[in-house]
Amino acid sequence: MKVEELVTKRQVVICCGSGGVGKTTAAAVLALEGARRGRKACVVTIDPAKRLADTLGLEALTNNATEIARERWIDGDPNVAPGGQLFALMLDTKSTFDLLVTRNAGDDEQARRILDNTFYRNVSGALGGTQEYMAMEKLHELHDEGGFDLIVVDTPPTRHALDFLDAPQRLVRLLDNRIFRLLMMPTRASLKVASVAVQTFLRTVSRVVGSAVIKDIVAFFRAFEGMEDGFRARAQAVDALLADPSTAFVLVTSPRRDALEEATFFADRLATNGQHVQALIVNRIHPAFGDESPMGLRTTAEALRLAQSDPAERLATLYDNLADFREVALLEREHIDGLRDKIGSAVVAYVPYLAHDVYDFEVLHEIGNLLLAGDTLIGQ
Amino acid sequence: MHVMEVADFCSTSRVVIVAGKGGVGKTTVTGALAVTAARAGRSVLVVEVEGKSGLPAMFGAPPLGYEEIQLDERVRARFLTPDAALVDYLVSHGMKRISKRLVSSGALEVVATAVPGMKEILVLGKVKSLEESRAADLLIVDAPAAGHAITFLLSARGLLDAVQVGPVRKQAQDVIGLLSDPARCQVLLVTLPEETPVSEAIDTAFAIEDRVGVALGPIVINQCFGALPDDVSVDPNDILRDAEACRRFVSDREARDLARAAAFRQERHRLQHEQIERLAKRLPLPQIELPFVFTPDITRPQLDVLADALTSGIGRL
Repeated sequence: MKVEELVTKRQVVICCGSGGVGKTTAAAVLALEGARRGRKACVVTIDPAKRLADTLGLEALTNNATEIARERWIDGDPNVAPGGQLFALMLDTKSTFDLLVTRNAGDDEQARRILDNTFYRNVSGALGGTQEYMAMEKLHELHDEGGFDLIVVDTPPTRHALDFLDAPQRLVRLLDNRIFRLLMMPTRASLKVASVAVQTFLRTVSRVVGSAVIKDIVAFFRAFEGMEDGFRARAQAVDALLADPSTAFVLVTSPRRDALEEATFFADRLATNGQHVQALIVNRIHPAFGDESPMGLRTTAEALRLAQSDPAERLATLYDNLADFREVALLEREHIDGLRDKIGSAVVAYVPYLAHDVYDFEVLHEIGNLLLAGDTLIGQ
Repeated sequence: MHVMEVADFCSTSRVVIVAGKGGVGKTTVTGALAVTAARAGRSVLVVEVEGKSGLPAMFGAPPLGYEEIQLDERVRARFLTPDAALVDYLVSHGMKRISKRLVSSGALEVVATAVPGMKEILVLGKVKSLEESRAADLLIVDAPAAGHAITFLLSARGLLDAVQVGPVRKQAQDVIGLLSDPARCQVLLVTLPEETPVSEAIDTAFAIEDRVGVALGPIVINQCFGALPDDVSVDPNDILRDAEACRRFVSDREARDLARAAAFRQERHRLQHEQIERLAKRLPLPQIELPFVFTPDITRPQLDVLADALTSGIGRL
């Protein structure tokens, strides 16, 4: 497999990795390269840095994919394939959730009761993993209804790169909660059986947070009645889309130990789901600067310092500096090789330290060229 | 001399919250600050609030749990979870019997969803009780990645709107008391000398002061490339000339590698310097620069190097 196949053959590409490693940029680059090859591509971003958002024409949260004018992203290049389109979207978690509720509600009245509920407003804003869940929900919606050839999804900046895999199931778990079941009981049957447990729970919680909160919770769960099946089915559909062979996972990492450890953890986790990382993108790798051994270089520097002359001192400084860079380069490559071995057949693309942050289509395409060259060490 | 200044700095407030966006090295700075304070004779307790911290590995220790472990001389660390903090709280407030049930039934998950900021309040409330019980001379909290850091710090105020009565409201008020008292708590913001991290640090700093009302300590700029001396040339021909002058054989290839590595460093230094200047102009906070340590792995020797830099940075404040 080549990195290029990600943007020419796959329908869904999910960029994952821990925070601060360049996921959003990688997602934008992959969508751009897909569009340049004639596909109708969309990048779903989450909280992009301001200048990148401006480039993608994303001034605010948008719940719909917005097309970026072709002349902006082809950047005057006559070699761009005809027919390609580039869309971008900045995830609006709350509206996405609202739409999901509206679609699953039995009638307008049920939808209204839920949307107006304080507890729901908290769920849609603050439930751990809601953003991840809605990113996957949005992906599903775009995939089913958007008519895109390629959708590239950025995942939220969590410390735990794989939160989004669990996210759809997390709401289902909340709905399956025993307490929830108990709260539902009075509206169904066996009021007496339930009441003792329910009363105990309510008393307990009231003592800690007050009874107004309880009223909201009860109202929410009652309003939600009958919708759990719809949500459960949707969570399964999202899982199925993630498992589909037309979906590819791209792991984005920096060569630093903590980021790589999470990348390894993520790859393992995907493997237990029967999925694989198709490509590994290593950002911010230091150049190799030749092949001398750091130890040899340091010995030379020490020997030079003995001479105690200006030219020797200058040379010694240069040898020490090269030794520093050789050391970091060797360690970075060792770490990356370790990760490669663990994740098997994934292709690896390297993006060197760039002089400037990425904020226009020219630089995005430059990175695209580096990425799509795939499996060659860039930055020599 | 320096030791005294570090001791003074560590007495500014008993709680230091280390915050910054993902990937800037918050945990590294947390570790370096712990070593710095310990060297000045202070006892330190590091509190991690997100799972899978890289901190213990830096000290060669196993992963953290809810129980304190000793990482180094005068440095202890522990992990705080909302669940365990809630149980602690209920037990110490005469609600031992219901505490376990609230957690084991999964009710906390439901309640925490109903009350945004509840989990953060439980964790910060525990930090507050550690501070009050003088668990250590210095408590360092390794905060969640920003903007989660802002959410984390704003949780107490948000909670006051949602919860009108009860012990959780009291807890939130106490947490606000801690956060808004510069003599008890300050935030150490960490960033990298690069465009996006600098922009985000500026936004975060203003948000923290305006919306959270927490005192900001100096801003720590991590991974700075120091400049090479002025007389060092990045031209291979100059390098070959110097080699000849001290009668040492340097191959053309080696001269090229030496020159390229030096040019790379000078260029990065220049770019970083621009960003550091921009940060100084936009954010009126004292700066402490930490050097890039030329390894992707931070272990004890690197923490010592960074602690040296923190010590001299504090001395210059």
